[in-house]
Amino acid sequence: MGGPAALSEKGSSARAGVSVSLRGVTKVYDSGVAALGPLDLEVRNGEFVSLLGPSGCGKSTALRLIAGLSASTSGTVGISSRDGQMRTGHSIGFVFQEPTLMPWTSARENVRLPLKLAKMPPAESEARVHQALTHVGLSDFADAYPRELSGGMKMRVSLARALVTDPEILLMDEPFAALDEITRFRLNNDLLSLWRNLHKTIIFVTHSVFESVYLSERIIVMTSRPGRLSAEIRIDAPAARGEDFRTSAAYADYCRKVSNALAPSYAGQPGS
Amino acid sequence: MSSLQNPPLSSDAAGAETRGLRLVRILLPVVVLAVGIVLWELVVRLNDIPPYVLPGPGAVFTTLIHDWPELSRSLLTTLLTTLEGFVAASIGGVALALLFNQSKWLEYSLFPYAVILQVTPVIAIAPLLLIYLPQQTAVVVCAWIVGFFPVLSNTTLGLNSVDRNLNGLFQLYGASRMQKLRYLKLPSALPFILGGLRIAGGLSLIGAVVAEIAAGSAGAGSGLAYRIAESGYRLNIPRMFAALLLLSVAGIVIYGLLALASHLILRRWHESALGKEI
Repeated sequence: MGGPAALSEKGSSARAGVSVSLRGVTKVYDSGVAALGPLDLEVRNGEFVSLLGPSGCGKSTALRLIAGLSASTSGTVGISSRDGQMRTGHSIGFVFQEPTLMPWTSARENVRLPLKLAKMPPAESEARVHQALTHVGLSDFADAYPRELSGGMKMRVSLARALVTDPEILLMDEPFAALDEITRFRLNNDLLSLWRNLHKTIIFVTHSVFESVYLSERIIVMTSRPGRLSAEIRIDAPAARGEDFRTSAAYADYCRKVSNALAPSYAGQPGS
Repeated sequence: MSSLQNPPLSSDAAGAETRGLRLVRILLPVVVLAVGIVLWELVVRLNDIPPYVLPGPGAVFTTLIHDWPELSRSLLTTLLTTLEGFVAASIGGVALALLFNQSKWLEYSLFPYAVILQVTPVIAIAPLLLIYLPQQTAVVVCAWIVGFFPVLSNTTLGLNSVDRNLNGLFQLYGASRMQKLRYLKLPSALPFILGGLRIAGGLSLIGAVVAEIAAGSAGAGSGLAYRIAESGYRLNIPRMFAALLLLSVAGIVIYGLLALASHLILRRWHESALGKEI
């Protein structure tokens, strides 16, 4: 696991630092609805970027395009791994809005799924499954079934499953939207420490201004449908953020700034 | 049901209440049965009805004991036919549903005929089958015809009810068709399949009985339905009732076993198998 990461520092060419790049990407659904774009976006290796915008602005569509879950109508989606090779799919972990767990099996088997699909023998995958569950603090609940877990715990299992293949890019589609605030804050903190320790590139879709400011290094504000880039805001705060950042004046300033940037996106929308 | 969350404070009281309710649900039908039997016996005795018109429950029970060697052999024959029909229906229904799921063309071409087979009354098909097939085969085919459709339609429904996001997840990790089928579609469809099997169990018994009745006049049969037909010709009404009783009990046991199997398989995860107390 650690090998390619060490090599990448040397082999970085002009564009090697880019992990995900979208060029003029659009998505028009079969029904004729233009959902996205054209959108240009570059995300560096190890960066934490949030896509922020009103509901139905195509943020999730953008994420699904990057994951290869649907095809773009025009434009190119590029994924590059650290060793400079262009790859798709396998180096990506995806966390859905819902926990999306298989209800018929335990947390352990849910986390093992990506490895099982890659035909890794159980004896080999066991250690990685255990490690992923430990990362999200659920090693004691490996044998619990999804229905026996709380909403926050289910989301953690979902996160562990995304981490188990040790992907370089983590795509998260409003993962904490359905959770209560206290659980969400805790998961925010845990996600930040995972990001710092595991050096993943994270693209995080949210419609919460506060969440995006708290988590990201960079926020991409999108317009309403079809989703385009409307503003880009860099959050210059230390990577090690905690409750004191959440209550700081700088945090409040950023939230105001991002809210203002978001306001035009809502301008045309009735009743929001 | 080991929930990790704290149980509600009143769980003891609620538990006692559910237990009481369960007891009532078992007791009430038993009471109705007892009252029914007593009334039946009373009506027969007070009106002095001869046993060849309406035997009392006592007479039926005596016949059941007395004719047990013969009746039990017939019961075994019928149960065996039912089992064969049920197994064929389960395998056929699930296999056909899997085929339909893999190929839309096949589904569009064949599904209407499965429906036609289902809506045509089996009692009308049975005499034809008895002409073209050896009797034992014809009886099993009848049991299969009635049993397989619920399995087919339930399995089809189940295979099409896969969670959209889980489907996306499998796609993301490059799952093959076989992997998707084995790890995603079949487990998702399992509650539906089991529901179909529960219906098919009872229907297989009906199919077997219908075919036996149809074959009865041909003479070679020895199942319970044949006993009923035969006893009818001989005006041995108590034995008709005894055979009927055995058929009902067989149906109840089949349903109970399948419901139990379904509960045991699903109890850890599916809503239908979870208690109402949570």
